[in-house]
Amino acid sequence: MSANELTQISVELDADGFLVNPDDWNRDIAIQLAAELGIELTDRHWQVIDFCRKDFKETGSVPTLRRITKVGGVPTKELYKLFPKGPAKKVAKVAGLSKPTGCI
Amino acid sequence: MSENGNDAERKLCIICSKGTIDMAYPGLVLANAALMEGIDVTMFFTFWGMDIINKKKMNNLKATPLGNPSMGMPNIVGILPGVTAMASAMMKKEIEKLDFPPVDEFLETIHDAGGKLYACRMAMDMMKLKKEDLFSEVDDVIGAMEFMELSEGAQVLFI
Repeated sequence: MSANELTQISVELDADGFLVNPDDWNRDIAIQLAAELGIELTDRHWQVIDFCRKDFKETGSVPTLRRITKVGGVPTKELYKLFPKGPAKKVAKVAGLSKPTGCI
Repeated sequence: MSENGNDAERKLCIICSKGTIDMAYPGLVLANAALMEGIDVTMFFTFWGMDIINKKKMNNLKATPLGNPSMGMPNIVGILPGVTAMASAMMKKEIEKLDFPPVDEFLETIHDAGGKLYACRMAMDMMKLKKEDLFSEVDDVIGAMEFMELSEGAQVLFI
Protein backbone atom coordinates (compact mmCIF):
# COMPACT_ATOMS: atom_id res chain seq x y z
CA MET A 1 0.00 0.00 0.00
CA SER A 2 1.30 3.38 -0.87
CA ALA A 3 -0.14 6.85 -0.73
CA ASN A 4 0.12 8.48 -4.08
CA GLU A 5 0.42 12.25 -4.11
CA LEU A 6 -1.89 13.69 -6.69
CA THR A 7 -2.16 17.41 -7.15
CA GLN A 8 -3.52 18.58 -3.80
CA ILE A 9 -5.21 15.22 -3.32
CA SER A 10 -3.80 12.29 -1.46
CA VAL A 11 -5.46 8.92 -1.95
CA GLU A 12 -4.30 5.48 -1.04
CA LEU A 13 -3.52 3.22 -3.97
CA ASP A 14 -2.68 -0.48 -3.88
CA ALA A 15 0.50 -1.96 -5.35
CA ASP A 16 -1.10 -2.10 -8.82
CA GLY A 17 -2.29 1.48 -8.71
CA PHE A 18 -5.96 0.86 -7.90
CA LEU A 19 -7.80 2.92 -5.31
CA VAL A 20 -7.83 1.05 -2.00
CA ASN A 21 -11.16 2.54 -0.97
CA PRO A 22 -13.70 3.20 -3.76
CA ASP A 23 -15.31 5.84 -1.54
CA ASP A 24 -12.16 7.97 -1.76
CA TRP A 25 -13.01 8.54 -5.39
CA ASN A 26 -14.24 11.79 -6.87
CA ARG A 27 -14.22 13.32 -10.35
CA ASP A 28 -11.02 15.29 -9.76
CA ILE A 29 -9.23 12.12 -8.73
CA ALA A 30 -10.53 10.39 -11.86
CA ILE A 31 -9.12 13.19 -14.01
CA GLN A 32 -5.75 12.83 -12.28
CA LEU A 33 -5.70 9.04 -12.50
CA ALA A 34 -6.60 9.22 -16.18
CA ALA A 35 -3.90 11.81 -16.82
CA GLU A 36 -1.35 9.46 -15.29
CA LEU A 37 -2.42 6.90 -17.91
CA GLY A 38 -2.14 9.53 -20.64
CA ILE A 39 -5.89 9.81 -21.06
CA GLU A 40 -7.83 13.06 -21.26
CA LEU A 41 -11.39 12.40 -20.18
CA THR A 42 -14.22 13.21 -22.58
CA ASP A 43 -18.00 12.81 -22.18
CA ARG A 44 -17.76 9.27 -23.56
CA HIS A 45 -15.09 8.40 -20.98
CA TRP A 46 -17.39 9.70 -18.29
CA GLN A 47 -20.23 7.59 -19.60
CA VAL A 48 -18.05 4.50 -19.11
CA ILE A 49 -16.83 5.62 -15.69
CA ASP A 50 -20.28 6.55 -14.43
CA PHE A 51 -21.69 3.24 -15.62
CA CYS A 52 -18.93 1.31 -13.85
CA ARG A 53 -19.40 3.20 -10.59
CA LYS A 54 -23.16 2.72 -10.71
CA ASP A 55 -22.87 -0.96 -11.66
CA PHE A 56 -20.35 -1.59 -8.92
CA LYS A 57 -22.69 -0.02 -6.35
CA GLU A 58 -25.57 -2.15 -7.56
CA THR A 59 -23.84 -5.49 -8.03
CA GLY A 60 -20.84 -5.25 -5.72
CA SER A 61 -18.43 -6.38 -8.43
CA VAL A 62 -16.35 -4.55 -11.01
CA PRO A 63 -18.16 -4.82 -14.36
CA THR A 64 -16.47 -6.82 -17.11
CA LEU A 65 -15.74 -5.19 -20.47
CA ARG A 66 -18.51 -7.32 -21.92
CA ARG A 67 -20.93 -5.88 -19.40
CA ILE A 68 -19.75 -2.34 -20.15
CA THR A 69 -20.44 -2.92 -23.85
CA LYS A 70 -23.69 -4.85 -23.45
CA VAL A 71 -25.31 -3.04 -20.55
CA GLY A 72 -23.32 0.20 -20.53
CA GLY A 73 -23.86 0.71 -24.26
CA VAL A 74 -20.29 1.54 -25.30
CA PRO A 75 -19.16 -0.66 -28.22
CA THR A 76 -15.94 -2.68 -27.98
CA LYS A 77 -14.14 -0.69 -30.68
CA GLU A 78 -14.87 2.59 -28.94
CA LEU A 79 -13.94 1.23 -25.53
CA TYR A 80 -10.50 0.26 -26.84
CA LYS A 81 -10.15 3.72 -28.38
CA LEU A 82 -11.15 5.50 -25.19
CA PHE A 83 -8.88 3.41 -22.98
CA PRO A 84 -6.22 2.08 -25.36
CA LYS A 85 -3.87 -0.82 -24.61
CA GLY A 86 -5.54 -2.70 -21.81
CA PRO A 87 -8.95 -1.11 -21.23
CA ALA A 88 -10.09 -3.53 -18.50
CA LYS A 89 -7.65 -2.32 -15.86
CA LYS A 90 -7.55 1.28 -17.07
CA VAL A 91 -11.30 1.69 -16.80
CA ALA A 92 -11.36 0.20 -13.30
CA LYS A 93 -8.42 2.34 -12.21
CA VAL A 94 -9.92 5.61 -13.38
CA ALA A 95 -13.34 4.68 -11.98
CA GLY A 96 -11.71 4.10 -8.60
CA LEU A 97 -12.59 0.41 -8.47
CA SER A 98 -10.45 -2.60 -7.67
CA LYS A 99 -8.59 -4.74 -10.19
CA PRO A 100 -11.14 -6.55 -12.37
CA THR A 101 -11.20 -10.31 -11.94
CA GLY A 102 -13.66 -11.29 -14.70
CA CYS A 103 -12.42 -13.30 -17.69
CA ILE A 104 -14.50 -11.59 -20.30
CA MET B 1 4.97 -6.06 -17.90
CA SER B 2 4.82 -2.52 -16.66
CA GLU B 3 3.05 -1.41 -13.53
CA ASN B 4 -0.24 -0.47 -15.16
CA GLY B 5 -0.49 -3.76 -17.04
CA ASN B 6 0.38 -1.98 -20.24
CA ASP B 7 3.12 -3.48 -22.31
CA ALA B 8 3.33 -2.55 -25.96
CA GLU B 9 6.02 -5.16 -26.54
CA ARG B 10 4.10 -8.22 -25.53
CA LYS B 11 2.61 -10.25 -28.37
CA LEU B 12 0.55 -13.43 -28.25
CA CYS B 13 -0.14 -15.79 -31.14
CA ILE B 14 -2.74 -18.48 -30.65
CA ILE B 15 -2.95 -21.39 -33.06
CA CYS B 16 -6.39 -23.00 -32.96
CA SER B 17 -6.26 -26.47 -34.47
CA LYS B 18 -9.36 -28.07 -32.98
CA GLY B 19 -13.02 -27.47 -33.60
CA THR B 20 -14.77 -28.78 -30.51
CA ILE B 21 -16.38 -26.38 -28.04
CA ASP B 22 -13.94 -27.31 -25.29
CA MET B 23 -10.97 -26.61 -27.56
CA ALA B 24 -12.37 -23.47 -29.21
CA TYR B 25 -13.28 -21.51 -26.10
CA PRO B 26 -9.89 -21.58 -24.35
CA GLY B 27 -8.33 -19.89 -27.38
CA LEU B 28 -11.10 -17.32 -27.62
CA VAL B 29 -11.07 -16.54 -23.91
CA LEU B 30 -7.29 -16.17 -23.81
CA ALA B 31 -7.19 -14.01 -26.93
CA ASN B 32 -9.81 -11.70 -25.49
CA ALA B 33 -8.12 -11.62 -22.06
CA ALA B 34 -4.81 -10.70 -23.68
CA LEU B 35 -6.45 -7.83 -25.56
CA MET B 36 -8.12 -6.59 -22.38
CA GLU B 37 -4.60 -6.51 -20.90
CA GLY B 38 -3.20 -4.51 -23.80
CA ILE B 39 -1.35 -7.43 -25.40
CA ASP B 40 -1.18 -7.67 -29.19
CA VAL B 41 -3.08 -10.77 -30.39
CA THR B 42 -2.97 -12.86 -33.55
CA MET B 43 -5.13 -15.96 -33.97
CA PHE B 44 -4.31 -18.55 -36.61
CA PHE B 45 -6.94 -21.15 -37.47
CA THR B 46 -5.90 -24.43 -39.00
CA PHE B 47 -7.22 -27.98 -39.51
CA TRP B 48 -10.32 -28.56 -37.35
CA GLY B 49 -9.87 -25.11 -35.90
CA MET B 50 -11.23 -23.88 -39.25
CA ASP B 51 -14.70 -24.78 -37.91
CA ILE B 52 -14.37 -21.86 -35.48
CA ILE B 53 -14.28 -19.40 -38.39
CA ASN B 54 -16.50 -21.37 -40.78
CA LYS B 55 -19.78 -19.43 -40.99
CA LYS B 56 -21.81 -22.61 -41.34
CA LYS B 57 -20.25 -24.36 -38.36
CA MET B 58 -18.99 -21.73 -35.92
CA ASN B 59 -22.13 -21.47 -33.82
CA ASN B 60 -22.79 -25.17 -33.97
CA LEU B 61 -19.56 -26.58 -32.55
CA LYS B 62 -19.85 -29.82 -30.63
CA ALA B 63 -18.39 -31.40 -27.52
CA THR B 64 -18.24 -35.17 -27.39
CA PRO B 65 -18.03 -37.37 -24.32
CA LEU B 66 -16.32 -40.04 -26.46
CA GLY B 67 -12.76 -40.65 -25.36
CA ASN B 68 -13.10 -37.92 -22.78
CA PRO B 69 -13.03 -39.36 -19.24
CA SER B 70 -13.42 -35.85 -17.77
CA MET B 71 -17.03 -35.77 -18.91
CA GLY B 72 -17.78 -38.72 -16.66
CA MET B 73 -19.84 -40.61 -19.20
CA PRO B 74 -19.03 -44.18 -20.30
CA ASN B 75 -17.88 -44.36 -23.94
CA ILE B 76 -20.62 -46.87 -24.65
CA VAL B 77 -23.19 -44.15 -23.87
CA GLY B 78 -21.25 -41.59 -25.89
CA ILE B 79 -21.72 -43.57 -29.10
CA LEU B 80 -25.53 -43.43 -28.89
CA PRO B 81 -27.27 -41.09 -31.34
CA GLY B 82 -28.08 -37.72 -29.85
CA VAL B 83 -25.63 -37.93 -26.96
CA THR B 84 -23.07 -35.63 -28.58
CA ALA B 85 -25.82 -33.14 -29.41
CA MET B 86 -27.08 -33.26 -25.84
CA ALA B 87 -23.61 -32.84 -24.33
CA SER B 88 -22.93 -29.94 -26.70
CA ALA B 89 -26.18 -28.20 -25.84
CA MET B 90 -25.46 -28.56 -22.14
CA MET B 91 -21.98 -27.14 -22.48
CA LYS B 92 -23.24 -24.22 -24.55
CA LYS B 93 -25.85 -23.44 -21.94
CA GLU B 94 -23.23 -23.43 -19.19
CA ILE B 95 -21.00 -21.12 -21.24
CA GLU B 96 -23.91 -18.78 -21.82
CA LYS B 97 -24.73 -18.76 -18.10
CA LEU B 98 -21.22 -17.45 -17.42
CA ASP B 99 -21.97 -14.63 -19.88
CA PHE B 100 -19.49 -15.79 -22.49
CA PRO B 101 -20.75 -14.98 -25.98
CA PRO B 102 -21.38 -17.44 -28.82
CA VAL B 103 -18.44 -17.99 -31.17
CA ASP B 104 -19.39 -15.42 -33.83
CA GLU B 105 -19.93 -12.67 -31.28
CA PHE B 106 -16.73 -13.63 -29.46
CA LEU B 107 -14.68 -13.38 -32.67
CA GLU B 108 -16.29 -10.04 -33.45
CA THR B 109 -15.32 -8.73 -30.02
CA ILE B 110 -11.75 -9.96 -30.46
CA HIS B 111 -11.55 -8.34 -33.87
CA ASP B 112 -13.09 -5.07 -32.67
CA ALA B 113 -10.54 -5.06 -29.85
CA GLY B 114 -7.75 -5.15 -32.41
CA GLY B 115 -7.08 -8.90 -32.56
CA LYS B 116 -6.05 -10.28 -35.95
CA LEU B 117 -7.71 -13.40 -37.33
CA TYR B 118 -6.02 -15.54 -39.97
CA ALA B 119 -7.09 -18.71 -41.74
CA CYS B 120 -4.60 -21.36 -42.83
CA ARG B 121 -4.28 -21.64 -46.61
CA MET B 122 -3.49 -25.34 -46.56
CA ALA B 123 -6.52 -26.14 -44.41
CA MET B 124 -8.69 -24.01 -46.72
CA ASP B 125 -7.55 -26.03 -49.73
CA MET B 126 -7.84 -29.31 -47.91
CA MET B 127 -11.39 -28.60 -46.78
CA LYS B 128 -12.33 -26.99 -50.10
CA LEU B 129 -13.29 -23.76 -48.39
CA LYS B 130 -13.49 -20.36 -50.05
CA LYS B 131 -12.93 -16.96 -48.45
CA GLU B 132 -16.70 -16.39 -48.57
CA ASP B 133 -17.24 -19.48 -46.42
CA LEU B 134 -15.33 -17.78 -43.63
CA PHE B 135 -16.59 -15.38 -40.99
CA SER B 136 -16.48 -11.82 -42.25
CA GLU B 137 -14.05 -10.65 -39.55
CA VAL B 138 -11.26 -12.98 -40.74
CA ASP B 139 -8.46 -10.68 -41.89
CA ASP B 140 -6.72 -12.91 -44.38
CA VAL B 141 -5.81 -16.39 -45.54
CA ILE B 142 -2.11 -17.02 -45.03
CA GLY B 143 0.48 -19.76 -45.30
CA ALA B 144 2.70 -21.22 -42.63
CA MET B 145 5.66 -19.06 -43.63
CA GLU B 146 3.62 -15.89 -43.37
CA PHE B 147 2.53 -17.05 -39.93
CA MET B 148 6.19 -17.35 -38.99
CA GLU B 149 6.68 -13.72 -39.97
CA LEU B 150 3.62 -12.60 -38.03
CA SER B 151 4.58 -14.50 -34.92
CA GLU B 152 8.11 -13.16 -34.71
CA GLY B 153 8.91 -12.27 -31.12
CA ALA B 154 5.51 -13.46 -29.89
CA GLN B 155 4.53 -15.98 -27.30
CA VAL B 156 2.85 -18.84 -29.15
CA LEU B 157 0.06 -21.02 -27.85
CA PHE B 158 -0.95 -24.15 -29.74
CA ILE B 159 -4.41 -25.38 -28.94
